[in-house]
Amino acid sequence: MKIHNTTGGRIFDAANYVFLTLIGVITLLPFIYVFAGSFATEAEITRRAFFVWPEQFSLGSYEYIFSTPAFIRALVTTVLVTAVGTVVQLILTVTMAYPLAKRNLRGRQLILSLVVFAMVFSGGMIPTFLLIKDLGLLNSYWALILPAAINPFSLIIIKNFFQELPAELEESAKMDGATEVGILWRILLPLSKPVLATFALFYAVGIWNDFMSPLLYLSDNSKWTLQMYLRQVTASSDLLGTGNVDPNYIPPEQGIKFAVIVVATLPILIFYPFLQKHFAKGMLIGSVKG
Amino acid sequence: MSQLTDALASNIGAGDGARTEPGNAGKRSKKPGKAPKVPRGKFSVHFAHYKWLYLLLLPGVLYFAVFRYAPMYGVSIAFKDYVPFLGVNASPWVGFTHFQDFFSNPDFGRLLGNTLILAFLNLGVAFPLTIVLALLLNEVRLSILKRTVQTLVYIPHFLSWTIVASLSFLLFALDFGPLFLFINNVLGTDIDFLSDPAWFRPLIVLQEIWKNTGWGTIIFLAALATVDQDQYEAAIIDGAGRFRRVWHITLPGIRSTIIVMLILAIGQMLNTGFEQIYLMTNALNRDVADVFDTYVYFVGITQGAYSYSTAVGLFKSLVGIVLIFGTNALAKRFNQSGLF
Repeated sequence: MKIHNTTGGRIFDAANYVFLTLIGVITLLPFIYVFAGSFATEAEITRRAFFVWPEQFSLGSYEYIFSTPAFIRALVTTVLVTAVGTVVQLILTVTMAYPLAKRNLRGRQLILSLVVFAMVFSGGMIPTFLLIKDLGLLNSYWALILPAAINPFSLIIIKNFFQELPAELEESAKMDGATEVGILWRILLPLSKPVLATFALFYAVGIWNDFMSPLLYLSDNSKWTLQMYLRQVTASSDLLGTGNVDPNYIPPEQGIKFAVIVVATLPILIFYPFLQKHFAKGMLIGSVKG
Repeated sequence: MSQLTDALASNIGAGDGARTEPGNAGKRSKKPGKAPKVPRGKFSVHFAHYKWLYLLLLPGVLYFAVFRYAPMYGVSIAFKDYVPFLGVNASPWVGFTHFQDFFSNPDFGRLLGNTLILAFLNLGVAFPLTIVLALLLNEVRLSILKRTVQTLVYIPHFLSWTIVASLSFLLFALDFGPLFLFINNVLGTDIDFLSDPAWFRPLIVLQEIWKNTGWGTIIFLAALATVDQDQYEAAIIDGAGRFRRVWHITLPGIRSTIIVMLILAIGQMLNTGFEQIYLMTNALNRDVADVFDTYVYFVGITQGAYSYSTAVGLFKSLVGIVLIFGTNALAKRFNQSGLF
């Protein structure tokens, strides 16, 4: 379709383009500032109010944090918990989605209804906390992985995906003597690699970013994750009075805060292009069905 | 907004889950081609035939039983006097005592006020901005610009609230942060944005806008793509300008999406994000910062009043459910398509 451009229309277009470009730049500016600041000297950070390029390039902040045991521990912990957690969550979701994709499995409807109800209503913070405590999972990394192990929304999307795969695939495999587990492992999983990769990324981002679970379940600060460490470093002093910042803690220099933020953000930014490729599609899977 | 889109997505998924039923073995399919190949008859036969499938189902079912349904049962402590060594079952019942305590507590009014003010600010500022941004993006015909801007504005959605809070702490840092210096220079003031209670709410809404406005446009952009293009041509022939086309065609075209998102937003109203508020709370702004979610944490986890804080949490979720059904009924009364 061709829209005839009036003068007013052209002015609007130009203004709109400039405005949207500005929005994009403003979204990015905090990152650029923090990234530049993490490579600047402490003197420059205090002297210059805002900059996107350091005058004097310095790796001091990174040298400092990478020689701080607490930081290394938090980083390694978070990487491991994220890796293990993503695998566990994905396995649990897929093994549950596959039987639920079988339309003739008895009890399927009941289980699906219970899954949907769990999306609408949850026990809430305190009953979940008491459960974790009763299970003996306080100060265990499993408390960061298990409570959110299956996202009901992801479960239903993956179930729908399995359901839409041509039934002939399974039938011919069955004639060749494949078992149900064999069909899942050898036929369905290879076909759903892109879908599973997407949900794996979402699970990984969820665990990496999680602040509430470590806050609730890890009181031992030698077990803190990167988000907890970040919070301790950047909350300038315990003017917070919320009790979760170590009182003996001396706030670090500004440059160190910049560097820790960069380390916590970087993995997300690296994986973002892969995420972006899929999330719009993922949301559309949902809306087309609605 | 993220909660909204996620919630919408969940609801769509939910609807689908419920609707894919006709193929079920329980009610035999009406379509002749889809007759189930299962051995009919006793469940034990069915079960034996599908034992591997049931085995695969087991871990997931256990997960839901333990981590989703056991806490729901645990909600019963809202009506009990929970004693840790007695456990949920054996603790004595106290009826509505905790609810009465909460409603007569001066904290109640303050929490309700704080929660509602934040909710209405988000609803009144962040929600319309999402629609405006989607409309502006929709008007862009230069696809490289559109894609670039979309790519950029979606990024903050994937960052943790810890990072958003940390960035805020740096940008608004006293005597040092770029935005602290800039705004105070322009206004000729000396405001400490991070501790001044008056600036708590603007800061929260600002964070919400930065983090989730871009992400929220996805659902509206999808709706905008479905608006009938012929109507625009007809409108152009009738001499309608850019803004009149938006007003008379585009907006009515995405009205049902806007209503659905609004219903979901109102249903989520009391769910002010725990992490965000918790991270921005400090001793100086507690009076305006405390909302239901953070109150449950402070009273329940740090002070150990488990039963009382569970009652507060339960009250909050019940109000949320009433709100979502209420708005849905209202939307239907005004002859709009509701959500369900």
